Amino acid sequence: MQVNGVRAASIATRRGGGEKEMERAMTLSLRESVHLISDPMNLDASVEEVFQLMLGVDSRRFEGPAEIVEPESVTAVVGFGGLLSGACVFRSGASTAIKIAAHMTGMEFAEVDDIVKDGIGEICNMLAGAWKGKVPDLAANTGLSVPAVITGRDYRIHVQAPEFQLHHSYSFDDASFEVTIICDGLQ
Amino acid sequence: MSEVRSLIVDDSSVMRKIVERSLRQAGLETLVVFEAGSGLDGLELLKTQQVDLILSDINMPSMDGLEFLRQLRAQNLAPNVPVVMITTESSEEHVKQAILAGAQGYIRKPFTAEQVKERVLPLLHAA
Repeated sequence: MQVNGVRAASIATRRGGGEKEMERAMTLSLRESVHLISDPMNLDASVEEVFQLMLGVDSRRFEGPAEIVEPESVTAVVGFGGLLSGACVFRSGASTAIKIAAHMTGMEFAEVDDIVKDGIGEICNMLAGAWKGKVPDLAANTGLSVPAVITGRDYRIHVQAPEFQLHHSYSFDDASFEVTIICDGLQ
Repeated sequence: MSEVRSLIVDDSSVMRKIVERSLRQAGLETLVVFEAGSGLDGLELLKTQQVDLILSDINMPSMDGLEFLRQLRAQNLAPNVPVVMITTESSEEHVKQAILAGAQGYIRKPFTAEQVKERVLPLLHAA
């Protein structure tokens, strides 16, 4: 999967503020805020917030890759468009995805069905929103696409030379997952 | 509080269920919920159903929440019914756009049932 392609598919910020607002958007640059945008703590805080509020669980970051030993994995992608282009990518094994959906809905699932995929897409959406919300200029000038969810076996995600990338692993209970922020363009 | 008829507009069925659960946890036990997966579906539903409260996502395919809100006002559907946006978009600009389009409240995802209670109940009492 070419995550770079998310840039074209992502929804640009919908703004209706007239010419002055357009001028401001055109002159505004996020380059001065790149140290804030790429701060790894923002991603950790976003994951913690989303999992605590929506699932009622404490998530913890750990070093190394998440243990996705099952053949089936679930990946959700939410694109960023606007002054920052790129994507927020959530990835876990099927059992973790099922566990997350169960926490969100109070339901039980035997497999990764449409409700589980929907739930994982929303988690990714909230992670993307919470992450960009940590930097006000980023929040105001970057839009989110609707989530895309991919399930399957033996697939890899390839990213072509991003401007910067945050790739973190987290766990809650005995489940683990990965969250990646890819910035492939910054104005 | 007597029966409250609510419309929840969100393209995610999981989020619709979570919003409904939060409303019940907020004390709206006699709740009748109508669900719509897009702004278009929400407008269609409001042509046949009367509601007391509308909660809508912003970032949705086909018709987003802000356009839904504008169409709602333009078509004079559900006049005087409070609308609360529930969305991941949290910048001041997005809040301003929602208020300008006619929203009375704004809740950022992720949220707690307590936040839903704080933002929604006063609107229902005032309506």
